[in-house]
Amino acid sequence: MKLSNWIARDGAERPLIWPCVTLLLLCGLNLWVNPHFLSLRMLDGHLFGAPIDVLNRAAPLVLVATGMTLVIATRGIDISVGAVVAIAGAAAATILATQPVASAGLIAQALLAALITGLLSGMWNGLLVSFVGMQPIIATLILMVAGRGVAQLLTAGQIIPIGAPGYLFVGGGYWLGVPCSVWIAAVAVLATAALVEGTALGLFIRAIGVNPVATRLVGLRSKALVFAVYGFSGLTAAMAGILISSNVRSADGNNAGLLLELDAILAVTLGGTSLLGGRFSLVGTVLGALIIQTLTYTTYSIGVPPEATLVVKAAVVLAVSLIQSPAARSLAMSFGMSVRRSLVKQHGAAR
Amino acid sequence: MQPGGAASALEPVLATAGVSKTFPGVKALQRVDFRLFPGEIHTLMGQNGAGKSTLINVLTGVVAPEAGTIRLGGEVVAFASPQEAEAAGIRTLYQEVNLCSNLSVAENIFAGRQPKRFGAIDWNDIKWRAQAALARLDVTLDVTRSLDAYPIAVQQMVAIARALSVDARVLILDEPTSSLDDSEVAQLFKILRHLKQSGIAILFVTHFIEQTYAISDRITVMRNGEREGEYLARDLPADQLVSRMVGHERMSARLREAAQASHDGHGGPQGAQAGQPFMALRGVGRRGSMQPIDLDVQPGQILGLAGLLGSGRTETARLLFGADRADSGTMLVEGRPVRLRSPRDAVRHGIGYCAEDRKKEGIVAELSIRENILLALQARRGWWRKISRQRARELADLWIERLGIKASDAEQPIGLLSGGNQQKALLARWLATDPRLLILDEPTRGIDIAAKFDIMDRLLALCASGLSILFISSEISEVLRVSHRVAVLRDRRKIAEVSGQASNEDNIYRLIAGSGE
Repeated sequence: MKLSNWIARDGAERPLIWPCVTLLLLCGLNLWVNPHFLSLRMLDGHLFGAPIDVLNRAAPLVLVATGMTLVIATRGIDISVGAVVAIAGAAAATILATQPVASAGLIAQALLAALITGLLSGMWNGLLVSFVGMQPIIATLILMVAGRGVAQLLTAGQIIPIGAPGYLFVGGGYWLGVPCSVWIAAVAVLATAALVEGTALGLFIRAIGVNPVATRLVGLRSKALVFAVYGFSGLTAAMAGILISSNVRSADGNNAGLLLELDAILAVTLGGTSLLGGRFSLVGTVLGALIIQTLTYTTYSIGVPPEATLVVKAAVVLAVSLIQSPAARSLAMSFGMSVRRSLVKQHGAAR
Repeated sequence: MQPGGAASALEPVLATAGVSKTFPGVKALQRVDFRLFPGEIHTLMGQNGAGKSTLINVLTGVVAPEAGTIRLGGEVVAFASPQEAEAAGIRTLYQEVNLCSNLSVAENIFAGRQPKRFGAIDWNDIKWRAQAALARLDVTLDVTRSLDAYPIAVQQMVAIARALSVDARVLILDEPTSSLDDSEVAQLFKILRHLKQSGIAILFVTHFIEQTYAISDRITVMRNGEREGEYLARDLPADQLVSRMVGHERMSARLREAAQASHDGHGGPQGAQAGQPFMALRGVGRRGSMQPIDLDVQPGQILGLAGLLGSGRTETARLLFGADRADSGTMLVEGRPVRLRSPRDAVRHGIGYCAEDRKKEGIVAELSIRENILLALQARRGWWRKISRQRARELADLWIERLGIKASDAEQPIGLLSGGNQQKALLARWLATDPRLLILDEPTRGIDIAAKFDIMDRLLALCASGLSILFISSEISEVLRVSHRVAVLRDRRKIAEVSGQASNEDNIYRLIAGSGE
């Protein structure tokens, strides 16, 4: 009875419980298939192992989803982040390709160019949403479509290979035994958390998400804030773009970050942030991103045939979403109770 | 049972004796005696939660009483359902018109009981009978047009026609006037008087005191689930009615004094002498929304804005707060010209604004009471200088205590509070910023009388400490009760400003009606 109460309770008080449970279940499944799933080993001063692999591959998604969390908290959405990933990678690669041997200065230029193009892309979205007043999904749809075109124009329709070792270090190197991309994602998330919760920005973003009209009437510059949040989302997408292009050693205007926006939205919702705006959780988003990446890892590790991978993923996402929905949970609970009651009845009758 | 007069010679058509009803944790009705006479309009008054709705629900068979009897025409009845009560001739009209707006007027009147001929609906008969039913109310309509072609007031008439289209002995109207404007109310009242003459007993529930006196023969006052008393309307002055609804202890000395002063024609509380206004408008207007207006808000005074709905009250408030940008005139704050381009500018000058629509423009429902209270202060400090957790808790607790906000916990979402407590939290939101001028647009709407008096009392106390208030309310008696001066608006322009002897209700009504001065 106590357990059932505990499960049926609304997640509002402990919003992170379900993402945690899901992640633990996935880890448990992996451990069952492969007892060494959690073991790490040191090789040439680098940590290796499945958890590091998951973290490393999840890093771009964590970055994109961090920006997405804030956008969704303002009751918006940014479906252009995948395209921004491509633009940022293309911008960096184009600059790197100007010289055969990349100097440190050139690499810095490339990184800066990627970040600035990402920021500008986000500001474009923010302009349309905040000052022009377009629906967020339409406003960012424009860049989602046009962005790929911009990236292809930058790369002249080619896949540009990247060879500069300094640049490759960002997405493929190690520092203190841990992949650089993991460091970058971790620092970005912590810095965002500090920025949002250490100042009043978190409160303002939540207030805008719940009631934008009232928020304007308390004297907040809500338009400027929403604009800034979209700009930030563009920035985090650009960081993801750097990691991805560095990791695959090329900039592909067509395929880099393809459908990443959907994974990011999924990570945010799995983490317990409502698409209706208001309450948000950065920790939840990180957990959501890890769930998605662990799931991808699991489908490979337990040998799901490649053609079935997407269906299996969808099934798990559906299950997780159902677990998180209070309505579905109470339905399941009452069904369970009635089954148990009828079992008890039969049992009693048999006696 | 004290009332005398001719009516007591008659038998009541509907009466209860010792009716009680308990809901979990609430004694909704306690041994209530109630009488409704034929050919009378009887008004049921009481605060929210006084037991009015429960009494009506008992009379109409929605809930069954635990004790006591109900008599209809002298015989004891027990309705098992609203349908049974309806069949017995008790017809009820609820607050919202619940008709089908896409059907024709005639269909609405006869929906569910269409007259039939040879198994088919007899449309001619329906049309003819619908016209007759409306004619009884002195209303002529094209009954074949769909209902939504007519204004709410007419729809209400149709609802009454529907209620009366079968033989009715009792007509119960639960707050029928809340969505009507003054002329529509007048039309409704004309119909009710007409019906009264035909011998129908009418039970009327309203919050509006002016309307109660305009229409009632008899008044029953409910308080805390008990019948406080039954009175003939002409024997019960309005101030006594209010104090009986509220209970004497609730109305503070300060407010009684203010009420007394306005009653004596001194025009509200006496306060600071007029010197330099805190804020002055000179020809400030906005095309399509408000004609240029001159307005002075004195420090430490309450300036009331009186006028009908749509007269420009809210528009003026929004201009003053920068929520809408003025396109003409100048605004002065403490003698210096300012431009208010956004609420943010107004807040910087120490102005706060509690909007009319509490839900849409006031509370941030999912955030906690604490966050809601601190939002304006934090917005004023800017995002960088966050109020510390410790300080935030102290401030929220301080205001919750000062304004008497009833909440179990400051971390509760504000959306869970009652209307009165939400309003207090919004007041706290602005008071926490230490404002110089507070604009209150209908701060007491939808709040029961005790909370209303409580809020108004606190406003008077705040003014004594130097705060200026612009007070907007559609209840003119309320504006008069608290305001030092009253600006009267009509058709989006200011037509007069009154204080002292001139600020009495009759005078303001004359001004609004356009026959004054």
